Amino acid sequence: MELLYAIMLGVLTSCGVYLLLRARTFTVILGLTLLSHAVNLYLFASGRLVAGAPAIVGLSERSADPLPQALVLTAIVIGFAMTAFVVVLALKAAVELRNDHVDGENPDEDRA
Amino acid sequence: MNHALILPILLPLLTGAGQLLFYQAPFPLQRLLGFASTAWLVLLGIWCLLVAGGGEHLIYHAGDWPAPFGIVLVLDRLSAVMLALTAVLGLCCLIYASGGTDQRGAHFHALFQFQLAGLNGAFLTGDLFNLFVFFEILLIASYALLLHGGGRARSRAGLHYVIINLAGSALFLIALGTLYGLTGTLNMADLALRVAEAPPEDAPLLAAASLILLVVFGIKAAILPLLFWLPRAYSAASAPVAALFAIMTKVGVYAILRVFLLVFALGESPVAATAWGWLWPLALLTLALGGVGVLGSDSLRTLTAYLVILSVGTLLATISLVTPAALGAALFYLIHSTGMAAVFFLLADLLGQQREEGYDRFSATGPIGHRWVLGTLFFIAGIAMAGLPPFSGFVSKAWILQASASQPQGLWLWGILLASALLVVIAISRTGSSWFWRPGEMARPYPLRPGLLTLVATMVGLNGALAAFGEPVMGYLELTAAQLLDPHAYIDAVLPDARAAGQEVSP
Repeated sequence: MELLYAIMLGVLTSCGVYLLLRARTFTVILGLTLLSHAVNLYLFASGRLVAGAPAIVGLSERSADPLPQALVLTAIVIGFAMTAFVVVLALKAAVELRNDHVDGENPDEDRA
Repeated sequence: MNHALILPILLPLLTGAGQLLFYQAPFPLQRLLGFASTAWLVLLGIWCLLVAGGGEHLIYHAGDWPAPFGIVLVLDRLSAVMLALTAVLGLCCLIYASGGTDQRGAHFHALFQFQLAGLNGAFLTGDLFNLFVFFEILLIASYALLLHGGGRARSRAGLHYVIINLAGSALFLIALGTLYGLTGTLNMADLALRVAEAPPEDAPLLAAASLILLVVFGIKAAILPLLFWLPRAYSAASAPVAALFAIMTKVGVYAILRVFLLVFALGESPVAATAWGWLWPLALLTLALGGVGVLGSDSLRTLTAYLVILSVGTLLATISLVTPAALGAALFYLIHSTGMAAVFFLLADLLGQQREEGYDRFSATGPIGHRWVLGTLFFIAGIAMAGLPPFSGFVSKAWILQASASQPQGLWLWGILLASALLVVIAISRTGSSWFWRPGEMARPYPLRPGLLTLVATMVGLNGALAAFGEPVMGYLELTAAQLLDPHAYIDAVLPDARAAGQEVSP
């Protein structure tokens, strides 16, 4: 399970970083979303992966670490709000600047 | 337990929430609420300075959960200095914004209060994850404040600013996850003990986590490879917002101080040593780049943005010497540079409004109204900014040079610091001569705003007062530096039982 989890994290992160380095705002936002998924899963794993155990001590023999779950919840909420904000901002910038390049101007089009 | 310690966070948070809920209330009332809250913050800041001055750490257990399980707020001298500085700067910016900037968009006052709440929280918290949360609060408020007033330049700069900070947040969480996975705690004091006791095979991972944190705080503080968002963002923001942002880079510096002097500072071979090794050359390069940028900028606001970069370089280079004298000098310079960067952002707006054309761009050569009054103010502010006597810039730079003279690598700092100070003097005097001296008197000057002029003059006066009363301030900051270099006092205050337990185990 750990190996699968680690491979998935790596794939998510590398896809996120690749998209983050693109020049269009839409792909950049997708990259940020993938990256925040990877980060949330990573935080979750920092309490060690335990299958079939509740996050409450004393209910069963084994229990999962509840703190990373709380941290992930906070990170998800914050990440969600930030993504919503950056989507609106990118739309606003695309309307005002009349293109969706991250620099607000397309070097190829301007040269033509 | 003293509940007043959570007020610097709660007061602006509740005020801002109230201003959002009752946004239909008359605008003067909203403004008054903002002023009342910020003025209270100034009083609280003074109270914090007095309470922390005794050298004790004041602890607030949120929800009365004992540390390290609950979140703690910790007030020491450094937090108190930062809180007081934020409050005074916030009040000045709010007064300037009431000159009309706050009506150019919705919810300025609510966002301003949220920004203050985030800043105060970041300065008070004793928990790394909580630090992340307060960073996000201050960042999301700053995104909206940066866009306040609208316009193409702000959307463009805002996009860069938001995206790089979101990437920074992701890195912050990766570092926190690594630290938690290795140590099982995020309380800074507890983390310091666990990191010191960590087995040697964990050392590379801990070093990696500490360097990722350095990158995150480096984005906030604008260290060399991570600073290219700053000039555009700061020069696009409206004047009072840019002036408030002068403290934002210092949040990064504060976090570097807190994390690398407490969390990673203990043990036989402290993890922080790697980070200090990286920070020293990068800070010197930042300082040099700031000097070149000041000379090469095309408007007064961009020039001020590079002055911010220059001040961050100076600060971090001095801090990475990690001696008590250097830390005290750096803190004095932090207060001076924050105030003066704010003054210059406000001054750029004040002067730009009086110029016939071009606002604050250097390419425009038209005359300026009221050139005697404004010219004198610019001259005095320029002297204060460049670090010439009798202002506090001179005191702080002299102290920095003195503190670094005893170090073998201090010669580098001497050379680059003095060279970039020369570049600043050249850039400012060039601005002054081309704006005030060369063009003639304006035939029909725009009406002058005496209130705003008095405010900026007062802020310059405060900088002079800081130099005049330099001795008690320097004494306080020396004690602050001593407290920072003694992480055991912090740990004992947060975890009173930890050392006793450790002693029981060790024999």
